[in-house]
Amino acid sequence: MTVGLSLGVVVGYLVVALAVGLVAYRVSDATAEDYYLASRSIGTFVLLFTTFATLLSAFTFFGGPNLAYAAGPEWLIVMGTLDGVLFAVLWYVIGYKQWLIGARNGYVTLGEMLGDRFGSPGLRALVAGVSLLWLFPYVMLQQMGAGEALVGLTGGVVPYWGGAALITAFMILYVTVAGLRGVAWTDTLQGLFMLSVVWIAAAWVVSALGGVGAATEGMLAARPEFGGFGGGTYSPGFIVSTAITIAFGVTMFPQINQRFFVAKSAATLKRSFALWPVLVLLLFVPAFMLGAWAAGTPVEVPAGANVLPVVLAEYTPAWFAALVIAGAIAAMMSSSDSMLLSGSSYFTRDLYRPVVNADASARREAWIARVGVVGFATLAFVASLFRPGTLIEVGGTAFSGFALLALPVICALYWARTTRTGMVVGVAVPQAAYLTVVLSSVLPLVPPLPRTVLGGWDVALGLMALSGALTVVASLATAATADGDASRFAVAGD
Amino acid sequence: MWVPTFAVLVALAVPWPLWGVDRVAAGLPVWIWWHVGWLGLCTVLFALFARSGAWERGMGRRAAAAETEPSGVGGDRP
Repeated sequence: MTVGLSLGVVVGYLVVALAVGLVAYRVSDATAEDYYLASRSIGTFVLLFTTFATLLSAFTFFGGPNLAYAAGPEWLIVMGTLDGVLFAVLWYVIGYKQWLIGARNGYVTLGEMLGDRFGSPGLRALVAGVSLLWLFPYVMLQQMGAGEALVGLTGGVVPYWGGAALITAFMILYVTVAGLRGVAWTDTLQGLFMLSVVWIAAAWVVSALGGVGAATEGMLAARPEFGGFGGGTYSPGFIVSTAITIAFGVTMFPQINQRFFVAKSAATLKRSFALWPVLVLLLFVPAFMLGAWAAGTPVEVPAGANVLPVVLAEYTPAWFAALVIAGAIAAMMSSSDSMLLSGSSYFTRDLYRPVVNADASARREAWIARVGVVGFATLAFVASLFRPGTLIEVGGTAFSGFALLALPVICALYWARTTRTGMVVGVAVPQAAYLTVVLSSVLPLVPPLPRTVLGGWDVALGLMALSGALTVVASLATAATADGDASRFAVAGD
Repeated sequence: MWVPTFAVLVALAVPWPLWGVDRVAAGLPVWIWWHVGWLGLCTVLFALFARSGAWERGMGRRAAAAETEPSGVGGDRP
């Protein structure tokens, strides 16, 4: 009975989100710029929430509380710093610059922008290829999160693969019919919804535990080390490298990076930028503290389930727990939609069209994009069944892979002396190195290479430094190619 | 002026001075309060930055020379 109710709420919510997407689709034009960028017409409120909601993924809702439960509430500091502060600064440094350049030259993707600047379809394809590569584990992460969430909510009645399959089906359905305007609107809806229910959930659980003070006391009684800042998993190296790799990685995520092109005006970007730290905090505090407080409760979290659904199932009514999980899954779905949508634009515009078939008709391109999305999501689903790591590990890998793109891109945006060779070397070498490290831990062919060194410093941080250094050195060592045009990135002329 | 400000904002969003401190105030560890307050401060300063001329100058727009560094020129107080 309860399981039926829970599933009804989850599926019902997903259907409503789909309906909103369809309405948005009805009001949109069918051009590529509209499909991907909602005709560059997104206002502050929607921009803020759509960016917010795409950051809200299984990584935040399930991975974060799980880590806070296992290792302590310091995760709040890590995420708050990287997302609230560092990402906001990068939002300005990378985002505003890209917006200026994009609005001037009509770019839709990062690869397109770089390929045009350096006169290099090869660079364009490289950037798109690298982005798609790291998008894969992140889409997988959402499927893993949904699978684990439904296991936790239904006490194992719905198997892990069932939850993962459910979100995959909705993802594909959604993105193939709606486009970005649909995604942006449902993101707003879901961002607001999640923000509200997470607070209600926290209030509910806290009052059941006897207040904030009592919840914290319970947590400290069970795990005294949670009270002091640092220690355990949270070494300075872990905090710094996680914060830096994720913040830089986020800016290079296709769906986030594409958001930099969609703002209606500079004022939109400014307001979103200033509100960002508070918005982020409003979500992270209740979500992660719930995970940390759960450590002090007698709740047993079964292996392979997430903390949040288990705690909710224990302390709140079944329908409410189901609603929160539905909201989280829907938010993850819209994250994935945005990713798949941006990914499909990278695929068709930067890979298929320039490399395979330059004369493809718009109709054919749209068809290829949809087939690409279905194939990509299905493969990610299959891979998610193997569960190659925790949510935080899989997410961290994806973030780090994207982070390696950030410094070469910043070089290109701000340093006119950057050359095509500099970009190619700065992107390709660290990517190849990091991919080797990651694959060595997944495939049994070679002994796993260490992911962290010297007490928690992530090798990706070193590779990030390498990517920046290689870009600069190779640029200085080579001359600009005739096809390159630094003036494409000039924004000073107004 | 804004570059060091941002650097400090990012660096101290992690409550390094409270490393190992385990006092609890008003129901939460003190270092969580530090972080909450700090992000509030960030929002105020970010709003000031967006409102000041430094937002455009950082992009080298409507600035006479040098467009190398974000907010390298300028240095006005908000």
